[in-house]
Amino acid sequence: MRTSGRARIGIGVAAIAIVVWALAPVMWIVSLSFKQGDDIDNQQFWPTHWSVENYKTVFQTSLFTSALRNSLGISLITTVISVVLAMFAAYAVSRLDFPGKRWVLVSALAVSVFPAISIATPLFNLWRSIGLYDTWAGLIIPYLALTLPLAMWTLTSFFRQIPRDLELAAQVDGATTWQAFRRILVPLAAPGVFTTAILAFFVAWNDFVFGITLTSTDRARPVPAALAFFSGASQFQQPTAAIAAASVVVTIPVVVLVMLFQRRIVAGLTNGAVKG
Amino acid sequence: MSTLARPTATPTRRLAGEKPHLSERAKAERRLGWLLSAPAVAVLLLVAAYPILNAAYLSLFDYRLTDPGTRAFIWFKNYHVILTDNIWWSDLGTTLFITVVTVAAEFAIGFAFAMVMNKTFVGRGFLRTAILVPYAIITVVAAYAWQYAFANDTGFVDHWLGTNIDWFGGRWSALFVICLSEIWKTTPFVALLLLAGLAQVPGSLQEAAVVDGASWWQRLWRVTLPNMQGAIMVALLFRTVDAFRIFDNPFIMTGGSNGTETVSILAYRQTIGRTEIGLGSAMSILLFLGVSLICFIFIKLLRTDVGRVTNT
Amino acid sequence: MTAISIKNITKRYGDFVAVDDVNLEIADGEFMVLVGPSGSGKSTLLRMIVGLEDISDGDLYFGDQRVNDRAPRDRDLAMVFQDYALYPHLTVYENIAFPLRLHKVAGDEVDRRVRSVADRLELAEFLDRKPANLSGGQRQRVAMGRAVIRDAHAFLFDEPLSNLDAKLRVQVRTQIARLQNQLGTTTVYVTHDQVEAMTLGDRVALLRRGVLQQVGTPRDLYKKPSNLFVAGFMGSPPMNLLPAEIHPDHLSSPFGDIPFDAAQLPASLAGKDVIIVGIRPEELTDASLLDTEQRGRGATLKGRIDVLEWLGNEQLAYLPFKAPDAIHQQLTDLQKELDSESDQTQLIVALPDASKAREGDEIELWLDPDDLHLFDPATTENLTLRQKPAS
Repeated sequence: MRTSGRARIGIGVAAIAIVVWALAPVMWIVSLSFKQGDDIDNQQFWPTHWSVENYKTVFQTSLFTSALRNSLGISLITTVISVVLAMFAAYAVSRLDFPGKRWVLVSALAVSVFPAISIATPLFNLWRSIGLYDTWAGLIIPYLALTLPLAMWTLTSFFRQIPRDLELAAQVDGATTWQAFRRILVPLAAPGVFTTAILAFFVAWNDFVFGITLTSTDRARPVPAALAFFSGASQFQQPTAAIAAASVVVTIPVVVLVMLFQRRIVAGLTNGAVKG
Repeated sequence: MSTLARPTATPTRRLAGEKPHLSERAKAERRLGWLLSAPAVAVLLLVAAYPILNAAYLSLFDYRLTDPGTRAFIWFKNYHVILTDNIWWSDLGTTLFITVVTVAAEFAIGFAFAMVMNKTFVGRGFLRTAILVPYAIITVVAAYAWQYAFANDTGFVDHWLGTNIDWFGGRWSALFVICLSEIWKTTPFVALLLLAGLAQVPGSLQEAAVVDGASWWQRLWRVTLPNMQGAIMVALLFRTVDAFRIFDNPFIMTGGSNGTETVSILAYRQTIGRTEIGLGSAMSILLFLGVSLICFIFIKLLRTDVGRVTNT
Repeated sequence: MTAISIKNITKRYGDFVAVDDVNLEIADGEFMVLVGPSGSGKSTLLRMIVGLEDISDGDLYFGDQRVNDRAPRDRDLAMVFQDYALYPHLTVYENIAFPLRLHKVAGDEVDRRVRSVADRLELAEFLDRKPANLSGGQRQRVAMGRAVIRDAHAFLFDEPLSNLDAKLRVQVRTQIARLQNQLGTTTVYVTHDQVEAMTLGDRVALLRRGVLQQVGTPRDLYKKPSNLFVAGFMGSPPMNLLPAEIHPDHLSSPFGDIPFDAAQLPASLAGKDVIIVGIRPEELTDASLLDTEQRGRGATLKGRIDVLEWLGNEQLAYLPFKAPDAIHQQLTDLQKELDSESDQTQLIVALPDASKAREGDEIELWLDPDDLHLFDPATTENLTLRQKPAS
């Protein structure tokens, strides 16, 4: 249906409003990060002097650099484990017939609605007694409860979109199961696997509850939790600017990923929720 | 030469009681299916089911981590203590308030966004990128951003509005900012889900309605929304459950003070702050039951078809 | 080299029988069409031949080798799927080359064979494209190319034309026929379209709900249908089926009496008073176009034309009639099964352009009683086959 000229302008304006709305808080944090010293209290949106002082501070703080290391390592490992496990399960659910197939996805669904704090509180006790408290493994394990269900759904719906006939045709053409898997399924599933990895990484990177509950030192503390423990360049200063700078640093990779892969990410998010 | 077929016979029925014979191939397929999905399911059970069961067990004890000697089995006394405490109900009320307000706002605004995005021609990719940033950004970072914006000393909001409100000093003003932050972060995600649902409503339905003389508003309520019902219900279920579990935003902005504490924060305070493992576990279980109740209401009573996600 | 023998093959899904005790012999080099309405089991049978479905009972032989338990890739068959199943991430060239690459054929050999097949199927200019950038007809040809390149023992087609529009369908149909003629490979072709069955097949096997109704040349099934279902399925517009009361010297139809010696009927019909008469639309003529001598040689019926369709070279006249309740139910049930939408029983006549008949007119129709088929309403068997000697 054609949209009238007036409506088009209205929509254009609305679109711009949406963009401003979406990016304003981000710009605000960026602006804060470039404010130095007392500029923080200037109550203006933009700094009067742009300064990279805060970034220097932040990178010299071991609290932050170790948190960055922790987050990266833990998120990556969690992502890899989730995607691998989910891949096998998704292949089975989308391609094979076996009793209990439905329960695989139902259990993923169920786990995804568990409150994180409900898992964190017993683990707090448990980890302390078996020595997993304040360790990478102590975080990776509960993180899987966050990322694995998401990975399973997303991959299952991606796999389902690959027509079954393709592997059957390959078999008729003379391929062994392995050849069909390697030459047909893998290349077609690769984009979906990649997208799932990105989504899982976002979830792990974002965690706060497990981070503050199950760690106590910078041995394993991830970034979101570390931000809550920040202090400024000197003990007399508010940590505001430092937190702002740290926030920008950890937001950059996320924004870059979004810019590069926005199409894929949207496809991954909306796949499972809306069935064709 | 043609062959005469016997007259149409009824299909042969197997004798009752015979077990279906599975070929080797079908059996092998079954085994492979179990083999491939078992690790994922096992991990799920381990990382989620086990802690919950552990929490259920611990909730029956009076157990203070810093004083393990006094650990004692007290049946359901913890639950009694919690459910008769005003703080619990006040926090539950706060949680429900935030849930209702944020979910309603997210869907209303999200739908508007979805409609705009549906009709946008130029710069659709840019719009999508912009809209994904709030989704992808760390919640804690967003919380800080909003907190600093509304903070009395460093923020610009008071300056712009010409007011001097201590936003985080009062319950309702603090809740307002918390909800704002939450809505800001999650509306894009909801908008994307709704957009996908919107795109699936056949254009021909809209056109038929136009020919029949329906106004824009009528088309929305009588054609578009009814056809998106399935997708909307699923999105509603997940968002409601998420909102009920809210933790990051209020924790960073107010620490839960001034009447902005949610049940998740309360559970955290008990377990980590006061190391009351028994009480904290009981709260975790109650939280879990709350979430289960929400799922039950949606799936059984409102007949949300979650099968569209898990359907084989 | 390869004849396919299907002996007593049955396929069950739990309690549901999809293919019921089918026996079929396909000779080496023969083009056999499996035809039937949806749910008739024809695709299931094809998939059992390829090995994508297990055989519940019975034996499948290629030549004299029993192949029930062989995996699809060991059966050396080529298949064209209904949705073509082209590999979306490979170019046309690589799609066609795929089977060769699996067997590690040398690069220049692959190139030679792919280009030769591409030329034969007029795909040479598309070799670098991906399937997403091809039209329906082009994708079809790529699927055929992938099948042809293997020099397989037999070709299997699973409703390959159903995704194409009408005009394209005719073109590709001829291409398939031409290809098979050139290569002489045994072919099994599944379709629900009886026109494809009649034009492509050396022989046609008609299936209904898993049961084989009749096997023979298209001509056999058309001229000598063995039962009501075959009669109603083959031919478009379909054969007319009229209920008729049996009298000692004539049959009484809704449109008039047809002289007939009831003594000719088999004993099984003694005491019955209704029979189903079948006559094809083209076997009825406008009596006014005949001279009296010709008219005398046959029987005449009278009826009122409800709808008249002019098709350019001929006209189709529709004359509704009422049937006794039991027969009416049987006939409409049959129509539903043949995927027809009509709930009305009507007589269809193919009139030449020359006929002056108009809608609403009473028309006199002429037929030759020898062209009639008589069906037993209970067993649906075609009784006339017994008396007529094989032609």
